[in-house]
Amino acid sequence: MDRPVSSARSQFWLGVTLFLPVAISIASYGVVWGVLAGQKGLGVLEVLLMSGLVFAGASQFVALDSWTPGSLPVIAIVVATGIVNLRMLLMSATLRPLVSHLSLPRALGAMFFVSDEQWAMTMAEMRKGGGSVAFLCGTGVLSWFAWTASTLLGRVLGAFIDDPVKYGLDVAFTATFIALLLGMWKGRGDVVPWLVGALAALVTASYLEGKWYIIVGGIVGSLAGALADQWRIKRDVA
Amino acid sequence: MSLEALLTILGMAAVTYAIRAAGLLLANRLPAQGFVANWMKHVPGAVLAALVAPAVLAVAPGRSLGAAFLPAETVAAVAVTLIYVASRNLFAAMAGGVVAVYLMRLWPGA
Repeated sequence: MDRPVSSARSQFWLGVTLFLPVAISIASYGVVWGVLAGQKGLGVLEVLLMSGLVFAGASQFVALDSWTPGSLPVIAIVVATGIVNLRMLLMSATLRPLVSHLSLPRALGAMFFVSDEQWAMTMAEMRKGGGSVAFLCGTGVLSWFAWTASTLLGRVLGAFIDDPVKYGLDVAFTATFIALLLGMWKGRGDVVPWLVGALAALVTASYLEGKWYIIVGGIVGSLAGALADQWRIKRDVA
Repeated sequence: MSLEALLTILGMAAVTYAIRAAGLLLANRLPAQGFVANWMKHVPGAVLAALVAPAVLAVAPGRSLGAAFLPAETVAAVAVTLIYVASRNLFAAMAGGVVAVYLMRLWPGA
């Protein structure tokens, strides 16, 4: 190799530097999450604990959607969190080459930082021939501070908003989810899982109280998407 | 903080970290392609689609399709989609959806 293997310290700071623009966008919807969390009755300590320990934006939005203090659907929220975050299983699996030289506890520790944005940026570095566990930690540490601090800020600022419905903030959830969904569009393979997931959710939501439609739609839709992929592969081979 | 809130948060944290750790531990056994890999790849999109569909169309038990004339969520959905397609910016799209509903509610009688 022409390029000398850079030190862990410089890899860490490279991760931090390259992640800065992403951190700004994370912080902007972190503020929104914090405002919504306040409306749903989460206290400052709850916001800090959830953002700091769960550290997974999409699943935290889903959890807020079902958050009803006094009668929290604990199991439903934990199950939904698992389903939304199941994708991280494949992400950490692909990062294994980066941590193969580390002891198991340290390798497992680094996996805490695996989330969509950090994973995507580290994979991009790996494809260019770089990437390291220090790089992943650099992106992860910045991401963690951006997410935790911005959700706290949103929670504190949100206390000054008197009537959220008047300002249209009640639709911020739906708006955020639609934008997140559109950002996931990768091509025609997404049509089947999205449509089937949406239809299954509509049917479930019209008959079943609670937020079970999220879990039903997510499972049915993703299975339909995988079946459609299989069918497409078979057709292309034939 | 209530005990159930603490339990929920700790449960969410445990399940999420378990998934992150399991990916590494099972790396050799997880299929990189094929049915299971495709299935997991489609989960986040399907979950989000399932999450927004009833909200956008204002469907709930006892409140069927078309019960409300032009629900705020439908207006927000159209605005978000248009802005996202034009700008590719998550925050702008989300803010646009909120502003669209805010403006709609300023309209007298709406």
